[in-house]
Amino acid sequence: MTSASDVMTFENAATMGLSRDEWDLINQRLGRTPNLCELGIFSAMWSEHCSYKSSKKWLKTLPIDGPQVIEGPGENAGAVDIGDGLAAIFKIESHNHPSFIEPYQGAATGVGGILRDVFTMGARPVALLNALRFGAAEHEKTRHLVGGVVSGIGGYGNCIGIPTVGGEVNFDKSYNGNILVNAMAVGLANSDRIFRSAATGPGNPVIYVGAKTGRDGIHGATMASAEFSDETESKRPTVQVGDPFTGKLLIEACLELMASDSVLSIQDMGAAGLTSSSVEMASKGGLGMEIDLDLVPAREENMSAYELMLSESQERMLMVLKPDATETARAIFNKWDLDFMPIGRVTETGRLILLKDGGTACDIPIGPLVDDAPEYDRPHGDAPTRKQLASSDITNDAPITNMLKTMLGHVDLASRRWIYEQYDSQVMADTIAGPGGDAALVRVHGSKRGLAMSTDCTPRYVEADPKMGGAQAVAEAYRNLSAIGATPLAITNNLNFGNPEKPEIMTQLVESVLGMGDAARQLDTPVVSGNVSLYNETDGKAIQPCPVIGMVGVIENVDDAVGNCFVAADQDIFVIGQSDKADDGWLGASIYQQHHGDDGIYAPPPLDLVAEQKTGSFVRQEILGGGISAAHDIADGGLAVAIAEMAMRSGFGAEIAVPKTGNLHGWAFGEDQARFVVTTADSQALIAAAKEAGIEITKLGMVSDQGELKFGDNDTISIADLNAVFEGCIPALMAG
Amino acid sequence: MTLSALRVAIIVFPGSNCDRDMMVAIEQLTSRRPALVWHKEASLDAADLVIIPGGFSFGDYLRCGALAGRSPIMNAVLDHAARGGAVMGICNGFQILTETGMVPGVLIRNAGLKFSCRNVGLRPCETLASPFTAGLDLGEDLTIPIAHNEGNYFADADELDRIEGNGQVAFRYAASDAGGPVNPNGASRDIAGVLSSNGRVLGMMPHPERAMSKLHGGTDGAKFLLKSLEALVS
Amino acid sequence: MQAIVNISLKEGVLDPQGRAISHSLNDLGFSEVGDVRVGKQILLEIDETDPARLRQRVARMCETLLSNTVIEDYSIDIPDEQ
Repeated sequence: MTSASDVMTFENAATMGLSRDEWDLINQRLGRTPNLCELGIFSAMWSEHCSYKSSKKWLKTLPIDGPQVIEGPGENAGAVDIGDGLAAIFKIESHNHPSFIEPYQGAATGVGGILRDVFTMGARPVALLNALRFGAAEHEKTRHLVGGVVSGIGGYGNCIGIPTVGGEVNFDKSYNGNILVNAMAVGLANSDRIFRSAATGPGNPVIYVGAKTGRDGIHGATMASAEFSDETESKRPTVQVGDPFTGKLLIEACLELMASDSVLSIQDMGAAGLTSSSVEMASKGGLGMEIDLDLVPAREENMSAYELMLSESQERMLMVLKPDATETARAIFNKWDLDFMPIGRVTETGRLILLKDGGTACDIPIGPLVDDAPEYDRPHGDAPTRKQLASSDITNDAPITNMLKTMLGHVDLASRRWIYEQYDSQVMADTIAGPGGDAALVRVHGSKRGLAMSTDCTPRYVEADPKMGGAQAVAEAYRNLSAIGATPLAITNNLNFGNPEKPEIMTQLVESVLGMGDAARQLDTPVVSGNVSLYNETDGKAIQPCPVIGMVGVIENVDDAVGNCFVAADQDIFVIGQSDKADDGWLGASIYQQHHGDDGIYAPPPLDLVAEQKTGSFVRQEILGGGISAAHDIADGGLAVAIAEMAMRSGFGAEIAVPKTGNLHGWAFGEDQARFVVTTADSQALIAAAKEAGIEITKLGMVSDQGELKFGDNDTISIADLNAVFEGCIPALMAG
Repeated sequence: MTLSALRVAIIVFPGSNCDRDMMVAIEQLTSRRPALVWHKEASLDAADLVIIPGGFSFGDYLRCGALAGRSPIMNAVLDHAARGGAVMGICNGFQILTETGMVPGVLIRNAGLKFSCRNVGLRPCETLASPFTAGLDLGEDLTIPIAHNEGNYFADADELDRIEGNGQVAFRYAASDAGGPVNPNGASRDIAGVLSSNGRVLGMMPHPERAMSKLHGGTDGAKFLLKSLEALVS
Repeated sequence: MQAIVNISLKEGVLDPQGRAISHSLNDLGFSEVGDVRVGKQILLEIDETDPARLRQRVARMCETLLSNTVIEDYSIDIPDEQ
């Protein structure tokens, strides 16, 4: 057991996840050997999780600018102008490794952490979303993990009183040993009252607020930077425990404080706790900090300097206040029964000085902690080329409705109601469209404006062709927001990959980031924040790569938004972005292929970003003009699934004409991109508008009030039967 | 008296989440903003209606509503009720009312052990005289959202017989267009809302403040709240 | 002195958690498990040296706050009591 007085060696550094080169650099920068506390601080700040050392080089290629951007990557969250002097503040973050070990608390603290990143900027959080990946449905751990994660997200989000309005869930065996839990939060602030984290004003007080510090999660940041193995079970003590009640008090107290004129800078204590917050605040301000660790509110006895600095106890914030504001602030935090403790001051030394027990526990320059954090250019190559799949290689003559029944009754496509009804999607009374829609829509309180949001990624596309997959995640989010009538503004990204030290994984990361950048540029949705989670591998087997995009957009008047269900019988159904000559479709890398094909990895459907922008914009414009009554983007499962989804939740049926040539299943289930299914009360006007815009449009059929779906002349299924399998799948899975 | 003359007070505890939602709803109906009263206040200004809103007061620690029920302000609320004052408790508010004995019974964990957020059908029952039920049509079910993990109403058989006999059951769960099981949480005898023995205090699990407009949750919440407020005016 | 309060559900009150636990145990091969009921234990550190007075005070705490006497029973254990 090391203690502060022990001399550190490379072996100590290696246990903390540092390489030989990194150890040598630390010694060089300090001009001496670091002590335990100092070494711990370096290892946390230079961990993958805090330094982004494997991904930074590539993240820099992403577009981050635009007239709509108020704050890009680098702050606690990103900020985008939504008009009327308001800003949407948002970010997505992962909590993968902790959620696998302890699913309830891992997911709960993931929600707590992302909320703090948002309200630390002065924004009242108004919505939560989550992107989840679990192992195969039949895997022995899946039920336990799904149950725990969903309870944890609900347990935290519901209690703290912020609606969980959307998200996505995928199941794949590649996640058997590494689930993904990405949580996104969106908040609202006045554009001219956004708070940042750079420390300012030497001599100003540094204040600790929130919950007391315990021994939770010490070295959580380094755990997130390592693969799992058999030792993982013993890591249970490193998982943090969240307290949403304290989280709620912290939001109210912080927002109340920020409304008074007292706060100069503020940051939440997330990964690497007091270490990352103090170092980042000082570094951004080009200043230093001196902290008396004896003053840190602790709930355990005899905590060492190392423990106090690396603890990941939740619900804590670090602030720099105006010199005369301390008592105003103290009164607010006392009212909310939260700890409030001045623990130090901002200095001009550019050093981090920690005092303890009458001595100096740490004295290091801040510069190297941030500026010298390693940045690697890890080896990578070309992505593998994939064969194209011909529809006829895997299709058969079964009626479309038979295929629909099996596909909709499978976890890949089945209703997620069992999951999202455990989330309060309506608290704050501004949710216009919650889970189940293409995008969530939350009204800006007190106005008619609405914030639209969605999370998207299709990991099997990314695995097949990372560049296409990275771009497609952005395109699908763009489609989802356009499908409700919202204008996309910006994105946050959560890159989830395996071990970047393996060239084939690094290739996935590099290519998908490049693709993401292409799409973000073409679709004018710059990246304003994000998170990277690497080493998602168990015993050497990596996950299907999953770069999740969280997109936020705006609609001027929520009354103009449409949903994704049929609204009236006798309305015509059209597919936008598809010619009337189409009689086949792209089945490579599709859900259909997964269920009825082989296990091979085939080329995914081609992506045309210009077409994505044109069709998305057209659909949005028609929605806002009243020319479209319902819209649904075509994604997993293709056209037939999209039509079935629009029918099932509405209770209306449909009669759909099918092509007489080509490959029927290819046409019905192909996942060709840049397409929407829409309904309209005025078909002539819609057709004319499409023609003028140069957009392909094909009439598919009509909404009917017979409770059945009919394809062609003879192929029918009742909506009730479809609903039974669609709604029954996941409850049956979870009941065991 | 007109609606805008009604004095409505909403109690706020640490962890209350639906106070603002209820404030907006009442203001929408009366054009007058209700007062928000912090739980540490020792007294309550004269009010025509006191509302205890939904949320997770004190994190639901110990038992839902247990700690809030013993907060300083609750003495004033109890006095108000003892004098015949009107009180409405929604969701966590209902839990707080049972903890303080203002309405009978107790709310325990949902039978399905999961939080449930969805629309439910609500059937108004025939009750003793009460401003909260006077304006409702017995034949007209309402559709209002629920969102809770501990909404399972329980009282022993004798107590249930007594409150039913007295006309204190205000609402029962009923089938709705939203589908799903009729009784969302295992509540005894499908009870969703209960009145005090003088009819002036109502506790209910569903959230009327979340059904205030066609665009947002439907209008049955607004209908129920409006009828209650109108009855309090006269 | 320490007081340990055990709070349990009154007989006749449905315990959905207990029921779920019983089923899980059965499913795991513990078929011998019948009824399961879940309670809670509250440990109190109290500045009091007389066990009788302590017991009286803790009973008051149970009646006033710790136990919902409509559906719960409580018992008080004082480990240091002779």
